[in-house]
Amino acid sequence: MRRPFRWFVLGLGTCVAIGCTTAGNDTENAPRLATALDTSFIPSGQAGLDRLQQDDTQRTCTKARGRALPPEIAAQIERANQATIRYPADGKLVGDWKNGERIAQEGRGKQFSDNADAPSGANCYACHRLSGTELAFGTLGPSLYRYGKLHGNGADAQRYTYGKIYNPEAFAACTSMPRFGHKGILTEQQIKDVTALLLDPASPVNQ
Amino acid sequence: MNTWRGPAALFTLALASSALAQDTTSDEIAKYRAVLQEGNPAELWELRGADLWQQKRGPRQVSLQGCDLGLGAGVVKGAYAQLPRYFPDADRVQDLETRLVWCMVRQQGYTEAEAKRNPFGDGNEHKSDLEALTAYVASESRGVKMDVSLRHPKELEAYRLGEALFFFRAGTHDFACATCHGEDGKRIRLQELPNLTTANGAQKAYTTWPAYRVSQGELRTFEWRLYDCFRQQRFPELVLDSDVAIALTMYVARNANGASFDAPAIKR
Repeated sequence: MRRPFRWFVLGLGTCVAIGCTTAGNDTENAPRLATALDTSFIPSGQAGLDRLQQDDTQRTCTKARGRALPPEIAAQIERANQATIRYPADGKLVGDWKNGERIAQEGRGKQFSDNADAPSGANCYACHRLSGTELAFGTLGPSLYRYGKLHGNGADAQRYTYGKIYNPEAFAACTSMPRFGHKGILTEQQIKDVTALLLDPASPVNQ
Repeated sequence: MNTWRGPAALFTLALASSALAQDTTSDEIAKYRAVLQEGNPAELWELRGADLWQQKRGPRQVSLQGCDLGLGAGVVKGAYAQLPRYFPDADRVQDLETRLVWCMVRQQGYTEAEAKRNPFGDGNEHKSDLEALTAYVASESRGVKMDVSLRHPKELEAYRLGEALFFFRAGTHDFACATCHGEDGKRIRLQELPNLTTANGAQKAYTTWPAYRVSQGELRTFEWRLYDCFRQQRFPELVLDSDVAIALTMYVARNANGASFDAPAIKR
């Protein structure tokens, strides 16, 4: 999937691979896409149609289709997302790893079938290995087993880890990882707790 | 994405007495699936669907045997392997579910609301006729090579729209279909994810829907698969037979061309 990214041949690469007769492009598809989205979804539970409205980051990353971005565009996305990160006013970035483990295990949250009043999970294990003893982990993201042993537990590691969970687009443009703080998926306290799961020397992640 | 829980999880964890490498885990899940395959309750849906296909039903009391699924009125054999396709009478690309609703309305005299009333069964007494009919028609393509055409301009347009939708990132989690289905060899929890942008991945996935879902006690169609993926993607609710549903079906079905169709299957 990671091929050189060229703005002027967007869409052509996949078309060639699959063998379609003429190349589509995003400009041509845009009105059709908008119409199709408008007529194909209904609001349900907590998921309104506003969820289909893209922000700038989503729009740019949609165009990239998994290919590497030109460095200046990647830097632009990262700067814009960096500006969204709100660090806790009390200056404490690390919470309780036991709560963090529960949040990392929990898959519910923000789906139209979920209770909007209940706190969302982060579902970290869907994509990452974390604790050494949980074997049902996914592989969409890198293994975070022993994360704290690699990064230490100092002020820089805490600030980076909290910020990365809050808005990973600030560090890696068009990453697959959700922006848990910026998009209001997790609360400040929940992000502190997941940061603890990763960094606390007593956490099962670091055993 | 939901926490992955089901019979396979228990089965796998039971094997965890020694250090369990990822490959071993996948092997054991494959074995579990092979055991499941020996007796497939999907047959019950296929039989009920075959019966529904022949029954005189609806306000006009006619059967669906006059319904053209693309290969001529009443021809079921091999029809699913060539869907979705453009239908001149509807002037639209239709997948099987959309075409069945079309025939129920135009031929049997149901209203569209009646035809679509119960698209997904609940595993208990509320069985879905559409799921049963879909299971029956799909079963009549077992062993048939996938051969979805893009010759008509509207077919090509649907494919392109499907491809654009596949990469469309939005919602609270910034997910697109491609987030989970754009790379080889990835998993959510222990569930392996097909890369639907490749022929190999699309073939493995598309040829095994519809499927009986053990965890739900229900037969599920490809449109259900899309509907539930969008739920997990944190999007609003996908409308049955909508342009998005048909375009994404077209994208994956066409990418699966050349594979031998092998459903209804059985899944965890």
